[in-house]
Amino acid sequence: MPVELLDPTTEAGADREFLYTLNFGPQHPATHTTLRLILTLDGETIVKAVPDIGYLHSGFEKLGEDLDFNQYVTIVDRMNYISPVANEIAWHHTVEKLLNIEITPRCKYIRTILAELARISDHLLCVGAAALDLGGLTAFLYAFNEREKIYNIIEQASGQRFHPSYTRVGGLMADVTDDWIKLIRVFLESFPKVHADVVRLLNRNKIFLDRTRGIGVLTKDEAINMSVSGPVARAAGVVRDLRKDEPYLAYGELAGSFKVACSKGGDCLARYLVRMEEMLQSYNIIKAAVENLPSGPVNIAVDEKLGIPDKNATYRSIEGLIQHFEILMWNRRFETPVNEVYGANETANGELGFYLVSDGSAKAWRARTRPPSFIHFAIFPHLMEGHQISDVPAVLGSLNIIAAELDR
Amino acid sequence: MPANYLVPLSQKFGDAVRGEEFRDNLRVIVGSDKVYDVLKALKEQFGFNMLCDLAGIDYLGYPDATDRFGVVYSLTNVSTGERIFVKTFVNDPDPELPTVTDLWRGADWMEREVFDMFGIDFPGHPDLRRILLPTEFTSFPLRKDYPLRGYGERHNFEQMTRAEG
Repeated sequence: MPVELLDPTTEAGADREFLYTLNFGPQHPATHTTLRLILTLDGETIVKAVPDIGYLHSGFEKLGEDLDFNQYVTIVDRMNYISPVANEIAWHHTVEKLLNIEITPRCKYIRTILAELARISDHLLCVGAAALDLGGLTAFLYAFNEREKIYNIIEQASGQRFHPSYTRVGGLMADVTDDWIKLIRVFLESFPKVHADVVRLLNRNKIFLDRTRGIGVLTKDEAINMSVSGPVARAAGVVRDLRKDEPYLAYGELAGSFKVACSKGGDCLARYLVRMEEMLQSYNIIKAAVENLPSGPVNIAVDEKLGIPDKNATYRSIEGLIQHFEILMWNRRFETPVNEVYGANETANGELGFYLVSDGSAKAWRARTRPPSFIHFAIFPHLMEGHQISDVPAVLGSLNIIAAELDR
Repeated sequence: MPANYLVPLSQKFGDAVRGEEFRDNLRVIVGSDKVYDVLKALKEQFGFNMLCDLAGIDYLGYPDATDRFGVVYSLTNVSTGERIFVKTFVNDPDPELPTVTDLWRGADWMEREVFDMFGIDFPGHPDLRRILLPTEFTSFPLRKDYPLRGYGERHNFEQMTRAEG
């Protein structure tokens, strides 16, 4: 951060001498993660906000050039750690696009269910934390209690609660069991009640409404011009959802079960309402997907030479054993086309894309991430201008900035 | 179909643009001197109103690569959902590209990140400085000649005591 940004006198002119600079973060309860803002204030009004990011930069993209397509999933997990499975699905979606793999129908449905659970988990945290910052603790506790059930579901499938690393090239680490389906049914029973509770706590809450309505307004043209995607764009009136526009996984088949939630408000309240509605739509998708979950294998066939064979195939067939060896030995792996591809998924925060350049080996030459948090935080100074300092938590909460994804 | 954009583009820019298709991605490869005009035309005449992503790539040692750096602009037409990828190349010693922040405000941080990671300059950018790495950092870490474990910046980092802070 250059020194002149910290120096209020460079704001120029004798008439601006009453401005002062406030350092907000990087360790501040209202920023939730490690963000820093340099605010130029006129009393309580924000004249200029300059974000300073990079505190959590850990070189994920450089690591992506050193790890192979299956290993990098553990790093991708740690980007948006509020909905890690969605990152894994997006990453392997791109890898499978590069390798031209058509995953099995069962895998598609399981990934769809997991992606939607991740969306609910992310939105619950975002809505809960936004309410918490504005003084409503109860909604946060209700939301967190429900997120616990989603963690249980993910643990049942993968053995890991937080960073499951569950997807593999061409499939999943392991198939799900009937107990997993039961856990989802239990979740589906309890979720509408929790959703209704949060709605009752917040939707007519005068303090919450006063602090979110008309705050941080983003118009449709600005949203498009500033590359915004996901709920933030949809709350500004941009009708764009990759699940509908470029159907991937099972969204094409399940298109009848959900609608795209949009709003014209563009303010923090609109973003909150869009997220609440999206959770209900995700609930419908999960419900439809669980009822229609196809049977059959979860990984692509061994003779496609690209996936890791499961234990049964490895220990009981010679093809499986050879394939397992080929995939896991450093000097073997698989061959990839010398080309580049962009693949994107609609994750909870917006369009999570990967621009993957391959040089023919099983490692990426370049694994560029399009991180929605990074792009959403870029609009933050624009949203903050002219607002009060107490609006900072409201806008930050409504954008749902995840610093690990922001800095990678 | 996205391939339809190639014909009007080559009528307008002649041999400067070249098309490539892989899976569902349509790529337009254009020289760095024409890239701004092509992007402007795509935005204003063909309706690609959103700059979805801006990626830098270092091609040092890449099979059959002739240029050092590639920069890919992913454009999206929000109303039709179509995508197009504009790719251009720049070379040492002074890799630079015209800024597109006047076309898309969203390019601001993306260009700063490419500058931070690859050292590609964007003349005309309103505030081009490092974004993820500290200002004192001297290397460009996503270049292929930068080692994975760095040059020891991490353990040689100057430490500040509480009294100095």
